[in-house]
Amino acid sequence: MTSTPTPELAPGPAQAVSERLLPERRQINWLRWATVTIIVVSVVLPGVSLLLRSFAFRWHYPDVVPGEWGLDAWAYTIDDTSRVFESLGNSLRIALLTTTLALLVGMPAARALGQHQFRGKRVVEWILMMPIIVPALVAAMGIHIVFIRLGLTATVLGVSLVHLIPATPYFVLVMSSVFANYSPALEETARTLGANKIRVFRYVTLPAISSGLLVACLFTFLISWSQYVTTVLIGSGILITLPMVLFPFLGQGNAAVAASITLIFVAPAVMVLILTSRSLGRGSTVMGGFGKV
Amino acid sequence: MTLERRRTPLKERLKIPLMLTPALAVILLLFLGGLVAGLMQSLGYFPAAGLTEFTFRHYVDAVTDRNFLISLWTTFRIAFSVTLLSTVLAVGAALVLRQRFSGSRLATFLFQIPLPVPHLVAASAVILLFSQSGLLSRIAAALGLINAPGEFPAILYDKASIGVMLSFMWKEIPFIGLVVLAILQSVGPQYEELAQTLGATKRQRLVHVLLPLIMPGVVSTWIIVFAFTFANFEIPLLLGQSFPTTLPVQAFREFQRPELTSRPTGMAIAIVLAVITVLLLIAYRRLARYSRST
Repeated sequence: MTSTPTPELAPGPAQAVSERLLPERRQINWLRWATVTIIVVSVVLPGVSLLLRSFAFRWHYPDVVPGEWGLDAWAYTIDDTSRVFESLGNSLRIALLTTTLALLVGMPAARALGQHQFRGKRVVEWILMMPIIVPALVAAMGIHIVFIRLGLTATVLGVSLVHLIPATPYFVLVMSSVFANYSPALEETARTLGANKIRVFRYVTLPAISSGLLVACLFTFLISWSQYVTTVLIGSGILITLPMVLFPFLGQGNAAVAASITLIFVAPAVMVLILTSRSLGRGSTVMGGFGKV
Repeated sequence: MTLERRRTPLKERLKIPLMLTPALAVILLLFLGGLVAGLMQSLGYFPAAGLTEFTFRHYVDAVTDRNFLISLWTTFRIAFSVTLLSTVLAVGAALVLRQRFSGSRLATFLFQIPLPVPHLVAASAVILLFSQSGLLSRIAAALGLINAPGEFPAILYDKASIGVMLSFMWKEIPFIGLVVLAILQSVGPQYEELAQTLGATKRQRLVHVLLPLIMPGVVSTWIIVFAFTFANFEIPLLLGQSFPTTLPVQAFREFQRPELTSRPTGMAIAIVLAVITVLLLIAYRRLARYSRST
């Protein structure tokens, strides 16, 4: 990805300037300290409280740390009666199918938008980006009756198709900014050297876009993984996904079980973060893409 | 020119339309198709429930319901506050995090964590932390600030929807912040350095150099976050008051009633929701075009 190192300030005049700025230094450090503290606390504290809660057996009120530890919540979570495993399987199947479909329909469009200028480009961008702004829930509500007639409700395919509504725009958005930063000149060279289309894609295009493609796929997966209300609607309450099992526990159910299901639910996000942390950091193309919607 | 055009083979001319077709088909069929089908139902064309007569009755029913305006206001208030607070805090965080100092790498890494995390997880954590018997309440009790859970401020299921807003902001601040950080990085330090050598103060550099540079990106994310918060269903359902609730929750409740005849009313509320976001989108495009032309 494009994480160009920032050039160091030139030593001469810049140093003189920073000396002039010296009186402000103390205030800046205070701001930095506050920002870092707030970020650390607001990320670490939720994680810690989820872990504590899921392994707590008895946790009386004023205690900050549980009095007795236990695996009861986890034992219930992995038991068949909780339906966590069943829903986990469905969530995975739906998210994988959604990602595959988004990849198939989104790649050519992303390439066209990222690398070509053509008449009506703005209109196409407008149409493709609309579901980012206009709620997919409204479209899902409208299409529900059609899906019933087509026998698509309560099926993995039906739910994936509805997840495709919010997933496709994000996939195209991320990939078109990847393609915009990718020069096809090397492809032409490979073609003139006699490589066929498949080999050009496999050995030239794919290595160049692979990290961006990984980010796009993982984010598409997570968009589907996080869907709640569209799944409830099209799944007809028969096809159960993980957030649907979690939801009632967050209302008035057992807090320890809620915490352990939450930890399972967040696991793919944590994995994605580890895989993509380098491509999301400072100056990434991926995040910059959202600024151009 | 015309000769050139005629010589372009058909295959070459069809290349881009063909590349765009699959994605456009998905959006046009599923998304726009869904909206049109929803519009028909809201206008009373719903043969599955024996309704075939076009009417605005369901819109009148939806809008004159005493809950409607309260829900609309609640939805708008939450979305607006979340967007405004998140934007201000995110820009502030990005301006600090773009500097390199000890701890900045760790903070930037941690700042990214909420981005891929589902909203429901944020809600789950907010419940564990901010409920009256939650971790923060316990810490407050340990510090002797409060004596009983009931003394901890009730910010879940509350009138001001603070719990709802906290869940959203935990996700949206890093989202906006990382976009701003990416823009700042791609712009580089040269404009600022130039302004500095020309004698601009820190404040002038911020107001006249940095903010104008990041503004277009901020407005883009502002619209995304507002629209998202406006249409979100699960967070207000889980952490908000049961009355007044938000428009998406109300629309879905009407829609899911066992009697099919209340569906058009739910659909009418949903269409109103969609129309508001479309108007927002158009306003934004106008704004963007205006700011680009000046």
